[in-house]
Amino acid sequence: MSYVADVGALARKDLLLELRAKETLPSMLLFVVAALAIFHFALPRGAGDTAALGLLWSALIFTALLGLTRAFVAEREQSMFDALVLAPCDRSAIWLAKALAVLAFLAAAEVVALPAFAAFFSGIGGRTIAAVALADVGIAAVGTLFGAMAVAGRARELLLPLLFLPMAIPIVVGGVGGYLWFLVLYDAIFVILAWATFEYVVAEI
Amino acid sequence: MIAARGLAKRFGDRRVFRDVELALGDGEFLLVTGPNGSGKTTLLRVLAGLAAPSAGALELPARHTIGYLGHSPQVYRELTALENLTLFGRLYRVPERAERVGMLLERFGLWEVRHERVSTFSRGMRQRLGLCRVLLHEPSLLLLDEPYNALDAQGAELLDGILDEPRTLVVATHEPQRVEHRATQRLAFA
Repeated sequence: MSYVADVGALARKDLLLELRAKETLPSMLLFVVAALAIFHFALPRGAGDTAALGLLWSALIFTALLGLTRAFVAEREQSMFDALVLAPCDRSAIWLAKALAVLAFLAAAEVVALPAFAAFFSGIGGRTIAAVALADVGIAAVGTLFGAMAVAGRARELLLPLLFLPMAIPIVVGGVGGYLWFLVLYDAIFVILAWATFEYVVAEI
Repeated sequence: MIAARGLAKRFGDRRVFRDVELALGDGEFLLVTGPNGSGKTTLLRVLAGLAAPSAGALELPARHTIGYLGHSPQVYRELTALENLTLFGRLYRVPERAERVGMLLERFGLWEVRHERVSTFSRGMRQRLGLCRVLLHEPSLLLLDEPYNALDAQGAELLDGILDEPRTLVVATHEPQRVEHRATQRLAFA
Protein backbone atom coordinates (compact mmCIF):
# COMPACT_ATOMS: atom_id res chain seq x y z
CA MET A 1 0.00 0.00 0.00
CA SER A 2 2.80 2.34 0.96
CA TYR A 3 4.65 1.41 -2.26
CA VAL A 4 1.63 2.35 -4.38
CA ALA A 5 1.27 5.64 -2.49
CA ASP A 6 4.98 6.41 -3.07
CA VAL A 7 4.62 5.70 -6.80
CA GLY A 8 1.50 7.84 -6.91
CA ALA A 9 3.19 10.77 -5.15
CA LEU A 10 6.27 10.59 -7.40
CA ALA A 11 4.26 10.23 -10.63
CA ARG A 12 2.04 13.14 -9.59
CA LYS A 13 5.19 15.18 -9.03
CA ASP A 14 6.45 14.39 -12.55
CA LEU A 15 3.14 15.28 -14.18
CA LEU A 16 2.95 18.50 -12.14
CA LEU A 17 6.50 19.46 -13.18
CA GLU A 18 5.59 19.01 -16.85
CA LEU A 19 2.26 20.79 -16.47
CA ARG A 20 4.09 23.81 -15.09
CA ALA A 21 7.33 23.79 -17.09
CA LYS A 22 5.69 22.66 -20.39
CA GLU A 23 9.05 21.61 -21.77
CA THR A 24 8.63 17.99 -22.86
CA LEU A 25 5.16 17.37 -24.26
CA PRO A 26 4.95 20.40 -26.61
CA SER A 27 8.33 19.40 -28.11
CA MET A 28 7.16 15.82 -28.58
CA LEU A 29 3.92 16.93 -30.26
CA LEU A 30 5.67 19.34 -32.59
CA PHE A 31 8.32 16.76 -33.46
CA VAL A 32 5.94 13.90 -34.24
CA VAL A 33 3.62 16.03 -36.42
CA ALA A 34 6.59 17.57 -38.26
CA ALA A 35 8.17 14.14 -38.79
CA LEU A 36 4.93 12.70 -40.19
CA ALA A 37 4.54 15.73 -42.49
CA ILE A 38 8.11 15.25 -43.78
CA PHE A 39 7.51 11.53 -44.30
CA HIS A 40 4.27 12.33 -46.16
CA PHE A 41 6.17 14.36 -48.75
CA ALA A 42 9.22 12.08 -48.77
CA LEU A 43 7.34 8.83 -49.41
CA PRO A 44 6.97 8.13 -53.15
CA ARG A 45 3.44 7.94 -54.57
CA GLY A 46 2.19 4.41 -54.74
CA ALA A 47 4.26 3.22 -51.78
CA GLY A 48 2.37 0.59 -49.85
CA ASP A 49 0.69 0.84 -46.45
CA THR A 50 3.49 -1.20 -44.86
CA ALA A 51 6.05 1.44 -45.86
CA ALA A 52 3.85 4.15 -44.33
CA LEU A 53 3.42 2.06 -41.18
CA GLY A 54 7.21 1.73 -40.94
CA LEU A 55 7.53 5.51 -41.02
CA LEU A 56 4.88 5.86 -38.28
CA TRP A 57 6.91 3.56 -36.04
CA SER A 58 10.12 5.48 -36.80
CA ALA A 59 8.38 8.74 -35.90
CA LEU A 60 7.03 7.27 -32.65
CA ILE A 61 10.40 5.84 -31.58
CA PHE A 62 12.24 9.13 -32.16
CA THR A 63 9.45 11.09 -30.46
CA ALA A 64 9.79 8.79 -27.47
CA LEU A 65 13.55 9.34 -27.49
CA LEU A 66 12.96 13.09 -27.39
CA GLY A 67 10.74 12.67 -24.34
CA LEU A 68 13.17 10.30 -22.65
CA THR A 69 16.08 12.74 -22.96
CA ARG A 70 14.00 15.17 -20.85
CA ALA A 71 12.72 12.57 -18.35
CA PHE A 72 15.37 13.12 -15.68
CA VAL A 73 16.25 16.75 -16.40
CA ALA A 74 14.81 18.08 -13.12
CA GLU A 75 16.60 15.38 -11.11
CA ARG A 76 19.90 16.08 -12.88
CA GLU A 77 19.82 19.88 -12.90
CA GLN A 78 18.56 20.21 -9.33
CA SER A 79 20.63 17.31 -7.91
CA MET A 80 17.42 15.60 -6.81
CA PHE A 81 18.67 12.03 -7.15
CA ASP A 82 20.56 12.27 -3.84
CA ALA A 83 17.43 13.31 -1.96
CA LEU A 84 15.29 10.65 -3.66
CA VAL A 85 17.80 7.82 -3.28
CA LEU A 86 18.33 8.53 0.43
CA ALA A 87 14.61 8.25 1.13
CA PRO A 88 13.68 5.00 2.87
CA CYS A 89 11.16 4.11 0.16
CA ASP A 90 11.80 1.32 -2.34
CA ARG A 91 14.01 2.78 -5.09
CA SER A 92 12.09 0.95 -7.78
CA ALA A 93 9.18 3.29 -6.96
CA ILE A 94 11.25 6.12 -8.49
CA TRP A 95 11.57 4.14 -11.74
CA LEU A 96 7.94 3.06 -11.82
CA ALA A 97 6.64 6.59 -11.23
CA LYS A 98 8.92 8.03 -13.90
CA ALA A 99 7.95 5.27 -16.35
CA LEU A 100 4.25 6.02 -15.73
CA ALA A 101 4.86 9.71 -16.41
CA VAL A 102 6.75 8.85 -19.63
CA LEU A 103 3.86 6.55 -20.59
CA ALA A 104 1.40 9.40 -20.08
CA PHE A 105 3.50 11.74 -22.27
CA LEU A 106 3.76 9.08 -25.00
CA ALA A 107 0.01 8.46 -24.91
CA ALA A 108 -0.66 12.20 -25.14
CA ALA A 109 1.71 12.51 -28.12
CA GLU A 110 0.01 9.57 -29.85
CA VAL A 111 -3.45 11.06 -29.37
CA VAL A 112 -2.22 13.68 -31.86
CA ALA A 113 0.18 11.48 -33.87
CA LEU A 114 -2.24 8.71 -34.84
CA PRO A 115 -4.96 10.98 -36.29
CA ALA A 116 -2.18 12.95 -38.03
CA PHE A 117 -0.91 9.69 -39.55
CA ALA A 118 -4.44 8.83 -40.67
CA ALA A 119 -4.72 12.25 -42.31
CA PHE A 120 -1.32 12.10 -44.05
CA PHE A 121 -1.32 8.43 -45.04
CA SER A 122 -4.12 5.94 -44.41
CA GLY A 123 -6.51 4.89 -41.70
CA ILE A 124 -5.29 3.02 -38.65
CA GLY A 125 -6.71 -0.30 -37.57
CA GLY A 126 -7.38 -1.55 -34.06
CA ARG A 127 -4.39 -3.88 -34.27
CA THR A 128 -2.01 -0.97 -34.85
CA ILE A 129 -3.51 0.98 -31.95
CA ALA A 130 -3.10 -2.08 -29.71
CA ALA A 131 0.50 -2.50 -30.92
CA VAL A 132 1.27 1.17 -30.18
CA ALA A 133 -0.22 0.87 -26.69
CA LEU A 134 1.83 -2.26 -25.97
CA ALA A 135 4.96 -0.69 -27.43
CA ASP A 136 4.53 2.35 -25.16
CA VAL A 137 4.85 0.12 -22.09
CA GLY A 138 8.15 -1.35 -23.32
CA ILE A 139 9.49 2.03 -24.43
CA ALA A 140 8.65 3.61 -21.06
CA ALA A 141 10.17 0.70 -19.10
CA VAL A 142 13.45 0.42 -21.02
CA GLY A 143 13.78 4.13 -21.80
CA THR A 144 13.32 5.22 -18.19
CA LEU A 145 15.96 2.76 -17.01
CA PHE A 146 18.44 3.95 -19.66
CA GLY A 147 17.49 7.56 -18.98
CA ALA A 148 18.55 7.11 -15.36
CA MET A 149 21.79 5.42 -16.45
CA ALA A 150 22.54 8.26 -18.85
CA VAL A 151 22.14 10.85 -16.08
CA ALA A 152 25.34 9.57 -14.48
CA GLY A 153 27.35 9.69 -17.69
CA ARG A 154 29.28 12.67 -18.99
CA ALA A 155 28.13 12.16 -22.59
CA ARG A 156 24.50 11.68 -21.55
CA GLU A 157 23.00 13.13 -24.76
CA LEU A 158 24.95 10.51 -26.69
CA LEU A 159 24.53 7.65 -24.25
CA LEU A 160 20.74 7.49 -24.17
CA PRO A 161 20.24 7.05 -27.96
CA LEU A 162 23.11 4.56 -28.06
CA LEU A 163 21.49 2.47 -25.33
CA PHE A 164 17.86 2.95 -26.27
CA LEU A 165 17.75 2.67 -30.07
CA PRO A 166 19.15 -0.89 -30.33
CA MET A 167 16.63 -1.96 -27.68
CA ALA A 168 13.84 -0.32 -29.71
CA ILE A 169 14.50 -2.51 -32.77
CA PRO A 170 12.37 -5.43 -31.47
CA ILE A 171 9.56 -2.94 -30.72
CA VAL A 172 9.62 -1.73 -34.34
CA VAL A 173 9.71 -5.33 -35.62
CA GLY A 174 6.74 -6.24 -33.45
CA GLY A 175 4.88 -3.04 -34.26
CA VAL A 176 5.26 -3.07 -38.04
CA GLY A 177 4.52 -6.79 -38.20
CA GLY A 178 1.57 -6.46 -35.83
CA TYR A 179 2.94 -9.25 -33.61
CA LEU A 180 1.04 -8.37 -30.43
CA TRP A 181 2.19 -11.51 -28.57
CA PHE A 182 5.80 -10.48 -29.25
CA LEU A 183 5.19 -7.01 -27.80
CA VAL A 184 3.49 -8.51 -24.73
CA LEU A 185 6.52 -10.75 -24.22
CA TYR A 186 8.93 -7.81 -24.68
CA ASP A 187 6.95 -5.75 -22.14
CA ALA A 188 6.84 -8.57 -19.60
CA ILE A 189 10.59 -9.25 -19.81
CA PHE A 190 11.78 -5.65 -19.76
CA VAL A 191 9.32 -4.32 -17.18
CA ILE A 192 10.54 -7.00 -14.75
CA LEU A 193 14.21 -6.46 -15.66
CA ALA A 194 14.02 -2.68 -15.36
CA TRP A 195 12.03 -2.83 -12.12
CA ALA A 196 14.54 -5.24 -10.57
CA THR A 197 17.73 -3.50 -11.73
CA PHE A 198 16.88 0.17 -11.11
CA GLU A 199 18.12 -0.12 -7.52
CA TYR A 200 21.63 -0.85 -8.83
CA VAL A 201 21.49 1.82 -11.53
CA VAL A 202 20.91 4.60 -8.99
CA ALA A 203 23.27 3.14 -6.40
CA GLU A 204 25.96 5.66 -7.33
CA ILE A 205 24.61 8.47 -9.49
CA MET B 1 27.50 6.26 14.63
CA ILE B 2 30.18 6.33 11.88
CA ALA B 3 33.31 4.20 11.76
CA ALA B 4 35.74 4.38 8.85
CA ARG B 5 39.06 2.62 8.45
CA GLY B 6 41.47 3.29 5.60
CA LEU B 7 38.74 4.97 3.57
CA ALA B 8 39.76 5.99 0.05
CA LYS B 9 38.01 7.24 -3.05
CA ARG B 10 39.26 7.41 -6.61
CA PHE B 11 37.64 8.51 -9.86
CA GLY B 12 39.59 6.60 -12.47
CA ASP B 13 43.23 7.60 -12.09
CA ARG B 14 42.42 10.57 -9.90
CA ARG B 15 42.73 10.00 -6.16
CA VAL B 16 40.25 12.16 -4.23
CA PHE B 17 41.26 11.09 -0.70
CA ARG B 18 42.86 8.15 1.02
CA ASP B 19 43.53 6.70 4.49
CA VAL B 20 40.63 8.48 6.16
CA GLU B 21 40.07 7.15 9.67
CA LEU B 22 36.91 8.12 11.55
CA ALA B 23 35.21 7.09 14.77
CA LEU B 24 32.27 9.40 15.29
CA GLY B 25 30.03 8.75 18.27
CA ASP B 26 26.49 9.95 18.99
CA GLY B 27 26.24 13.71 19.35
CA GLU B 28 29.73 14.41 18.00
CA PHE B 29 30.53 17.13 15.50
CA LEU B 30 33.04 16.44 12.73
CA LEU B 31 34.29 19.51 10.91
CA VAL B 32 35.71 18.80 7.46
CA THR B 33 37.78 21.61 6.01
CA GLY B 34 39.83 22.14 2.90
CA PRO B 35 39.97 24.21 -0.27
CA ASN B 36 37.60 23.75 -3.21
CA GLY B 37 38.12 20.42 -4.95
CA SER B 38 39.95 18.85 -2.03
CA GLY B 39 37.41 16.02 -1.57
CA LYS B 40 35.03 17.36 1.11
CA THR B 41 31.88 16.85 -0.97
CA THR B 42 32.98 13.39 -2.08
CA LEU B 43 33.63 12.37 1.53
CA LEU B 44 30.17 13.55 2.56
CA ARG B 45 28.58 11.63 -0.32
CA VAL B 46 30.46 8.51 0.77
CA LEU B 47 29.33 9.03 4.39
CA ALA B 48 25.73 9.47 3.17
CA GLY B 49 25.95 6.15 1.34
CA LEU B 50 25.49 7.92 -2.00
CA ALA B 51 28.92 6.92 -3.32
CA ALA B 52 30.83 3.74 -2.64
CA PRO B 53 34.37 4.03 -1.28
CA SER B 54 37.13 2.70 -3.53
CA ALA B 55 38.88 1.11 -0.54
CA GLY B 56 38.53 0.78 3.21
CA ALA B 57 35.82 -0.25 5.62
CA LEU B 58 32.85 1.93 6.50
CA GLU B 59 30.04 1.49 9.02
CA LEU B 60 27.05 3.77 8.64
CA PRO B 61 23.69 4.09 10.37
CA ALA B 62 20.47 3.11 8.58
CA ARG B 63 19.57 5.19 5.51
CA HIS B 64 16.42 6.65 7.05
CA THR B 65 18.36 8.17 9.96
CA ILE B 66 20.61 10.24 7.67
CA GLY B 67 19.91 13.79 6.53
CA TYR B 68 22.13 15.01 3.70
CA LEU B 69 22.23 18.50 2.24
CA GLY B 70 24.61 18.82 -0.68
CA HIS B 71 25.94 21.87 -2.49
CA SER B 72 22.50 22.68 -3.90
CA PRO B 73 19.30 22.76 -1.80
CA GLN B 74 17.90 19.69 -3.62
CA VAL B 75 14.32 20.88 -4.00
CA TYR B 76 12.18 20.89 -7.16
CA ARG B 77 12.05 24.41 -8.59
CA GLU B 78 8.68 23.99 -10.30
CA LEU B 79 6.97 22.76 -7.14
CA THR B 80 5.91 25.03 -4.30
CA ALA B 81 7.67 24.93 -0.93
CA LEU B 82 4.70 23.06 0.54
CA GLU B 83 4.55 20.53 -2.32
CA ASN B 84 8.29 19.82 -1.99
CA LEU B 85 8.11 19.15 1.74
CA THR B 86 4.87 17.16 1.47
CA LEU B 87 6.44 14.93 -1.21
CA PHE B 88 9.59 14.26 0.82
CA GLY B 89 7.58 13.89 4.01
CA ARG B 90 5.67 11.08 2.30
CA LEU B 91 8.85 9.42 0.94
CA TYR B 92 10.65 9.74 4.30
CA ARG B 93 7.63 8.31 6.19
CA VAL B 94 7.27 11.37 8.42
CA PRO B 95 4.49 10.85 10.97
CA GLU B 96 2.00 13.74 11.37
CA ARG B 97 3.40 15.12 8.14
CA ALA B 98 1.28 18.25 7.79
CA GLU B 99 2.12 19.45 11.32
CA ARG B 100 5.84 18.77 10.88
CA VAL B 101 5.95 20.50 7.50
CA GLY B 102 4.05 23.50 8.87
CA MET B 103 6.32 23.74 11.91
CA LEU B 104 9.50 23.72 9.77
CA LEU B 105 8.14 26.27 7.28
CA GLU B 106 7.26 28.56 10.20
CA ARG B 107 10.65 28.06 11.84
CA PHE B 108 12.57 28.88 8.65
CA GLY B 109 10.38 31.87 7.76
CA LEU B 110 8.82 30.28 4.68
CA TRP B 111 5.23 29.84 5.84
CA GLU B 112 3.97 32.96 4.07
CA VAL B 113 5.43 31.79 0.73
CA ARG B 114 4.52 28.11 1.10
CA HIS B 115 2.25 28.18 -1.97
CA GLU B 116 4.81 29.88 -4.21
CA ARG B 117 7.01 28.00 -6.63
CA VAL B 118 10.62 27.54 -5.55
CA SER B 119 11.75 29.01 -8.91
CA THR B 120 10.60 32.40 -7.58
CA PHE B 121 12.68 32.06 -4.40
CA SER B 122 16.05 33.70 -3.78
CA ARG B 123 19.05 31.39 -3.28
CA GLY B 124 18.90 31.97 0.46
CA MET B 125 15.22 30.97 0.60
CA ARG B 126 16.00 27.81 -1.40
CA GLN B 127 18.78 26.98 1.04
CA ARG B 128 16.35 27.41 3.95
CA LEU B 129 13.88 25.10 2.19
CA GLY B 130 16.70 22.59 1.62
CA LEU B 131 17.39 22.66 5.36
CA CYS B 132 13.67 22.09 6.05
CA ARG B 133 13.82 19.06 3.73
CA VAL B 134 16.76 17.42 5.50
CA LEU B 135 15.25 18.05 8.93
CA LEU B 136 11.79 16.71 8.01
CA HIS B 137 12.39 13.16 9.24
CA GLU B 138 14.40 14.25 12.30
CA PRO B 139 17.63 12.54 11.27
CA SER B 140 20.06 11.51 13.98
CA LEU B 141 23.01 12.06 11.60
CA LEU B 142 23.15 15.30 9.64
CA LEU B 143 25.65 15.74 6.79
CA LEU B 144 25.88 19.33 5.59
CA ASP B 145 27.99 20.53 2.69
CA GLU B 146 28.73 24.27 2.87
CA PRO B 147 25.43 24.84 4.73
CA TYR B 148 25.92 28.60 5.20
CA ASN B 149 25.97 29.11 1.42
CA ALA B 150 23.62 31.93 0.39
CA LEU B 151 22.11 32.33 3.87
CA ASP B 152 21.62 35.86 5.19
CA ALA B 153 22.32 36.77 8.84
CA GLN B 154 18.90 35.58 10.00
CA GLY B 155 19.19 32.32 8.04
CA ALA B 156 22.68 31.74 9.44
CA GLU B 157 21.33 32.22 12.97
CA LEU B 158 18.60 29.67 12.29
CA LEU B 159 21.25 27.23 11.09
CA ASP B 160 23.33 27.91 14.21
CA GLY B 161 20.28 26.85 16.22
CA ILE B 162 20.04 23.61 14.23
CA LEU B 163 23.72 22.87 14.82
CA ASP B 164 23.23 23.37 18.57
CA GLU B 165 20.59 20.61 18.73
CA PRO B 166 21.71 17.22 20.05
CA ARG B 167 22.53 15.08 16.99
CA THR B 168 25.63 13.81 15.21
CA LEU B 169 26.91 16.29 12.68
CA VAL B 170 29.38 16.28 9.81
CA VAL B 171 29.85 19.73 8.32
CA ALA B 172 32.09 20.43 5.35
CA THR B 173 33.13 24.01 4.75
CA HIS B 174 36.01 26.05 3.40
CA GLU B 175 35.11 28.79 5.92
CA PRO B 176 35.27 27.00 9.28
CA GLN B 177 35.27 30.09 11.54
CA ARG B 178 31.52 30.00 12.21
CA VAL B 179 31.38 26.40 13.41
CA GLU B 180 34.90 25.67 14.64
CA HIS B 181 33.99 26.05 18.33
CA ARG B 182 31.36 23.30 18.04
CA ALA B 183 33.69 20.70 16.52
CA THR B 184 34.65 17.67 18.58
CA GLN B 185 36.68 16.21 15.70
CA ARG B 186 38.41 17.78 12.71
CA LEU B 187 39.47 16.49 9.34
CA ALA B 188 41.49 18.79 7.12
CA PHE B 189 41.99 18.07 3.43
CA ALA B 190 44.90 19.70 1.66
